[in-house]
Amino acid sequence: MEGLKVSDANLVVYILPSKANRIPQALRGELSSLLFKFNEEFDGVVLVYDILAQSKNGKILPGLTPYFGVNVRAKLLLFSPKPDMLLEGKVMKLRKESIHVIVLGFSYATIAEEDIRGEFRYKIKHGEEVFGSTSHKRHVIKVGSMIRFLTKSFDEEILHISGSLIPANTGSIGWLDKHMRESSEVDRTNKKNREREAHGSRLINEATISLDNEYPPKKSKRSKMVE
Amino acid sequence: MGLELASYGTESYDEMADVDFSDSEVVSYVRDALKSVAEGDTDRYNQLIGVMHYTEGLAADEVALLVTSLQALSGVVSHVDITLHDALLSSIFGMSMWNYGPDVMVALVELIKSLAVSNGGFVDSCLDMLVRNFMPPKSFIGFLRQPWGCARKNEVLNRVHSALSDIAYLVPLAPLRLLPIILKRMPTMFDNEALLVMYVESMLRLESSAIGEFIGSTMLMAVVDRLVDLDVEIGWDEIIQEDSSKGIFHMELEDVEETADYVGKGESEFCRGTLSGLNFGGNVVADKLDNLMVLTCQHLESCYDEGRLTKVFDTLLHSFRITILNAYKSKFAQFVMFYACSLDPGSCAVNFANLLSDLFLCETHPPLTRMSAAAYLGSYLARAKFLSTSLIAYMLKRLVGWCYNYIQIHGGEVKSISPQAHRIFYSGCQVVMYVLCFRMSSMVDVPPLKSQLFQMPLEQILHHPLDPLKVCLPSIVKEFLRQAKAARLFTVSENFFSSDLLESDSSKAFGGRERLDMFFPFDPCLLKNCDRFIRPNFVYWSMVRTTYDDEASSEEEDDNDVLSEDARARSSDEHDIDLDEFEYSMNKMSITPRTSSKHGLTGLQASMRMPAKIRPSTSPESL
Repeated sequence: MEGLKVSDANLVVYILPSKANRIPQALRGELSSLLFKFNEEFDGVVLVYDILAQSKNGKILPGLTPYFGVNVRAKLLLFSPKPDMLLEGKVMKLRKESIHVIVLGFSYATIAEEDIRGEFRYKIKHGEEVFGSTSHKRHVIKVGSMIRFLTKSFDEEILHISGSLIPANTGSIGWLDKHMRESSEVDRTNKKNREREAHGSRLINEATISLDNEYPPKKSKRSKMVE
Repeated sequence: MGLELASYGTESYDEMADVDFSDSEVVSYVRDALKSVAEGDTDRYNQLIGVMHYTEGLAADEVALLVTSLQALSGVVSHVDITLHDALLSSIFGMSMWNYGPDVMVALVELIKSLAVSNGGFVDSCLDMLVRNFMPPKSFIGFLRQPWGCARKNEVLNRVHSALSDIAYLVPLAPLRLLPIILKRMPTMFDNEALLVMYVESMLRLESSAIGEFIGSTMLMAVVDRLVDLDVEIGWDEIIQEDSSKGIFHMELEDVEETADYVGKGESEFCRGTLSGLNFGGNVVADKLDNLMVLTCQHLESCYDEGRLTKVFDTLLHSFRITILNAYKSKFAQFVMFYACSLDPGSCAVNFANLLSDLFLCETHPPLTRMSAAAYLGSYLARAKFLSTSLIAYMLKRLVGWCYNYIQIHGGEVKSISPQAHRIFYSGCQVVMYVLCFRMSSMVDVPPLKSQLFQMPLEQILHHPLDPLKVCLPSIVKEFLRQAKAARLFTVSENFFSSDLLESDSSKAFGGRERLDMFFPFDPCLLKNCDRFIRPNFVYWSMVRTTYDDEASSEEEDDNDVLSEDARARSSDEHDIDLDEFEYSMNKMSITPRTSSKHGLTGLQASMRMPAKIRPSTSPESL
């Protein structure tokens, strides 16, 4: 899944003097307040942090409130989906007009009807609402499926993603992965066939061109004739 | 699905007249109405807004139109723009579910849910609309008493709460957004009582729900805050006349007679008498507090039934510590803690006692907090029926141990008593004495506890130059010494009984401006309705068997004949005490119904009457 990255961060965490005797806890408390919120500086939603090192001394901030700043080096796992990234999530609710997905348990995505490609048709199968593919019978999206979808936009405040199932590589992950595997195997055998055919078809094409002369000529030829 | 619209005949709904529409047609109509706004064509859009403004007295077809419009909108929420369709959104969010029947309610809730999950920008407004529907519009309040009003309330609240949990299911961070909205919309203590009670009811319901896992503790703390707000509004002066000349054991206001209109009722009811002295404003506040406390107690009971009490109790304890404990002489709000402890004597009750004693014993807390904690501890240990005597003995041991250390440190250098400087010590001593007034007899009955008691260095503490016996509240000292003498705890000099220990100045001095020397937080609760939760677990002074009871009982038999016929006639299965709240002679300790305590709680009590009544009697019995 795209949209996840691990960053190294050098931070200064400001702590109140009352917590001076419990620095590790205070640091964890401060960093925990960042969780599941979009942070502009990190350009992402902090999911996990891991404090790698902290300084032994803290510099006291001058001013009215005597916070002191502790230098911290941390590793952060950030979630920052950008448009056109492929994300994965679990379908929680399915209606004709929209599919509702939860991504990583804290973020939610909505895929509106107009962003679902025509291949998928809403139907009720065995009493369950599903989106079934018309071209591939096994490709079905229903409540509980894990799907891969394209990001259209991301609302940073509420962590809402607007998604799309238009591209061909989106849909139910289970089916897509299986299909990719099968199609890559098929591809290998097909490649050989194609090479053989290409050789053969060159000969055939020459023949068809000559045949086509009588019937509506190809545009290029026509244009050539016009010119 | 497939709701077919009836034809409208001559109605002026231009494009919708005389035709039956299918669902998809209505949906496309609405979709086009929304889309056309961008192009400047707002006719259909305005019509749609008009439909949203239908309120009461709707005809069947108007209802159907409203329902269809709402359902159609649910289908096209992805086309609703937050700026372009601002007017429509405000009308939708302004609707109150209380004004409509079930059909419209269902459609409206579906629309709100669809809006919330379709676009992040709508989440806050949708949650806000649902929270606003915790309460009915003001015009509806009168109907709540009627059965249909009650039914409507259940329909609305059930739908609102299920909508909130559905939204939380699809929008994981919704509870986080919900919390500030709920806190912001919470009615203040000045708001209408019915609204306040209903809102708190919903808050507590949320606490029990799945969402409660995330926001429950803050909800509970906000409720306790509101209790304290109301509590503080009730003035102390209206309740108890502060007069140190009255022994505190006289002031057992468990049953105070009212004036003539209270004739001959057998039950001991809580006196409205004391609260009726309040000004009108105060009484209303007391009622609000009473009802909220009933709600809270009921909620705690259901938490206990669900097995969640321990976790909820942690929140309560934290809330108690930061609000109630330091509130200036909180009157009734603390009974919520009392009730919670009574539900789970095994652990919650013990935790509470431990918290209070730790607060008192820890040197780093501010003096006022420590003294307040001491007052709470003393009153709690004395009044909680569900506490085991061994726990009480253990707590006493800790307190006495601390006092003993204190006098070791402050040796014999005391030249003159300065109550202010040693106030923590005096409050500790007073607590020990107060608790022993209530519990000495039961401790003496149990040999291991008796020996524990006798081994405590009480005599050294009380006879120390710091002289707690002179500084602490006289009535407590008197009663304690009397019981100590009867139990032969230590030698007591006779002159304590004869001298007028009216050193209220000393006790005032250590009690400070806040009069923490006279603060007994768990004195009988005066709130009528919530008292039924407290009463079964509460120790009234009349129930206490003192150590001099056994000795004196034979003498007292004769005095009981003085009882009036009326008083005898008043039978009840609760302890009736006929108390006068007025002046007593200072040196008399109370009432104690010796015989009744022997026979359990039935029977009648006599009060040792003063020969002269200063006020005309308000009680039916007259001597």
